[in-house]
Amino acid sequence: MTATFDPTRQLAPSGPLVDEDREHHRFRVHRSTMTSPEIHALEMERVFARSWLYVGHESEIRDPGDYVRRPVGGKQIFMVRNKRGEVRVFHNTCTHRGAMVCRKDQGNAKVFQCFYHAWSFDTDGRLVGVPDRDAYGDGLDFGALGLRPVARTESYRGFVFLSYDPGIVDLVEYLAGATEYLDLVVDATGDAEIIRGTNEYAIEANWKLLAENSIDGYHAVPTHDTYFKYLVALGTDLSGGVAGTAKSLGNGHAVLEYSAPWGRPVAKWEPLFGEDSRDEIGRLRADLVAKHGEERARRMCDTNRNMLIYPNLVINDIMAITVRTFMPTSADRMEVTAWEMAPRDELPQLRQRRLDSFLTFLGPGGFATPDDIEALESCQQGFHSGGLEWNDISRGMAREPLANDEEQMRTFWRQWNEQITGGAR
Amino acid sequence: MTVTDEPAAVVVGPAVGDPAAVTRAQVEDFLYAEAELLDAWDLDTWITLYTDDCHYVVPCNDTPDGDPSRDLVLIDDNALRLRSRIERLGSRKAHREYPHSTTSHQVTNVRLRPVEGSGPGAELPVVAEFTVWRFRGERSTTYVGRYQYRLRVVDGRLRIASKRATLAMGSLRQVHDVAIIL
Repeated sequence: MTATFDPTRQLAPSGPLVDEDREHHRFRVHRSTMTSPEIHALEMERVFARSWLYVGHESEIRDPGDYVRRPVGGKQIFMVRNKRGEVRVFHNTCTHRGAMVCRKDQGNAKVFQCFYHAWSFDTDGRLVGVPDRDAYGDGLDFGALGLRPVARTESYRGFVFLSYDPGIVDLVEYLAGATEYLDLVVDATGDAEIIRGTNEYAIEANWKLLAENSIDGYHAVPTHDTYFKYLVALGTDLSGGVAGTAKSLGNGHAVLEYSAPWGRPVAKWEPLFGEDSRDEIGRLRADLVAKHGEERARRMCDTNRNMLIYPNLVINDIMAITVRTFMPTSADRMEVTAWEMAPRDELPQLRQRRLDSFLTFLGPGGFATPDDIEALESCQQGFHSGGLEWNDISRGMAREPLANDEEQMRTFWRQWNEQITGGAR
Repeated sequence: MTVTDEPAAVVVGPAVGDPAAVTRAQVEDFLYAEAELLDAWDLDTWITLYTDDCHYVVPCNDTPDGDPSRDLVLIDDNALRLRSRIERLGSRKAHREYPHSTTSHQVTNVRLRPVEGSGPGAELPVVAEFTVWRFRGERSTTYVGRYQYRLRVVDGRLRIASKRATLAMGSLRQVHDVAIIL
C-alpha cells in the first residue's frame, strides 16, 4: 500500500495470522492484524463488504419521509421510511453526476433533490423530477435512473442492517444465536426507542481492539477503578461481584451474560434509584413475569448482557442499553457511534437513572469510556514499539469459559480469520 | 498563580453586590479566574466557584438543545457528581488524564443578559464563546463552543449556579472524548 519505510511496522508472518493450539490451550493473534494497511484493505473487501452491518434503529425514522444519513461500512448511505411505512436504504449519490442527494444527518423529506442539477427522487428512490427532460429525447430510460438501494436491507426486531453482498445469507441466519439475546433486550424493553443525543467519537486504534474491549470482562477492575469508586460513593454495594459466562453465538457473534451488583432500570432496584421508583420497578418486573414466565423474566431483570454482533455492532444490556457501532478509517483509527436505547414510555425517574448510568459509564464524557479509549490507544502505540509479534488470547481455554475469560474474543477472531483467508461468507 | 495560594472561597472572583449592578468586566474577571484554576488543575479551589445546587452540562454534539432529564448528553453533573469527577481526575487511575493534559481555556465574547428573578435567588445569565486547547503527549486537540452560565451572588461573590458548554464541533471525532472539564 505504502512505499515509505516504517521500521516499526509489523510485517505479516508467513504462517497464519491467527494461531490456535487447542491441545496446549494457546490462542494468539499476530499484531500485524492491528497495524497493517494491507490487512485493513483486505478487511474492507472481505469483512465489511461481506457481512451484515448495523445501519440504525427503526425508531429513528418513525414517520414516512423520516430519514437518517450516516456512513456504513465506509460508504455514504441514508435510511428512509417510504410512504408505505417500509424502511429503504440507498447509496447517497445522484444517478446523474454523483452528488449526495441527502445532505443533512436527519430530517423528513418527501423528495431528495440533488442541488447540482435538481434531479429529484422520492422516498422509494424513483426519479420523479428532471429539469428540461425534453433535452434527452428518447435516449434515456429514466425509470432505470432511480437511486441505487444497497444490495440487501433487512430488519430484526427494529434493528436495521444492510449488506453490500447480494449473495449473503438472510439476516436471521446470519445473526444465529444472537437472536435469542436481541429478543431478551427487546422483550424486556417493550416499545423501545433510540433516544435523542448521539455519541460520536474516535479512537486512534485498530477497530478490532474495540470489538475485544466491548466484551472483555477481564479489564473492568483494573481499567475502571475510578468508576467503581464512584458507584461505591453513591451507595452501590459491589461486594457481590460479577459472575457469569462467556458464550459463542455462532458466525463470530458472542455474549457475556452475568449478574452484577448494579441496578437495572428494567427491572432490578437498588438504593441508588430512590424509594420512589421501587414500586414502579416492582411493577415492571411483575409485568415481565406475567408475560414471559418467572425464569425468562428473571433473566431479563437480573442479568446483564454484553453482546458483540460480528463484525462491529455492540449491544450492552447493562445498567443502560447501549447500541454501539464502529468503523475503521485506517488500520490505526476507528470512528465510534453510540446510541442509548430505552423504553419509550419510561417513568421520568427511571429514565433519569438510565441516562445517568449511560453517561457516567458508557459515554465519552464519563468515568469509564475515556479510560477504555486510553487503553486501546495505548495498545496501538504498544504494537508499534516492536520486538513482539503476538497478542495472547488464551484465557479460559482450559475450562468452561467465564465472563472474564476470552472465549468470546476467540469466537470473533476465528470468524475474522475465516473471512480474511477467503473462507465462508 | 497567586490565586491558588490563598484561601479560595474568600478570594476567587470580584466582590459584588446587586446582580443587576454587576459589570461585564467583573464577569470577565470571574470567568478568567475559573479558566486559570482549570488550567492549573486546581480543581479543589475551582469547585468553590460553584453553588451547592449547581449543574454542569455538556450536550451531545448533534443535540445542542439536549435536555439532560430526557435526552442523552455527554456530561450532566450536579455538585455531587462534579466532586466525584474531581476525585477521579485526581486519581492515578483516571488513565485518560494520567498524567494530566496541559490545557488552555480561552474565554471570549462575553455577553451579559438581563438578570432574572430577585433577592438571593436572582440569576445573571451570561453567554460566552470558548476555545479549550488540550495537549497530551504529542497530540493537540481543540474544543470550541459556547458557554451559557447562570451566575448568582453568594456572600458578596459571584458563584456559578449552572454552566452549559455546547460544543460547536459536529462530533467528537477530532477530540476523541471529553475527559477534561471544559
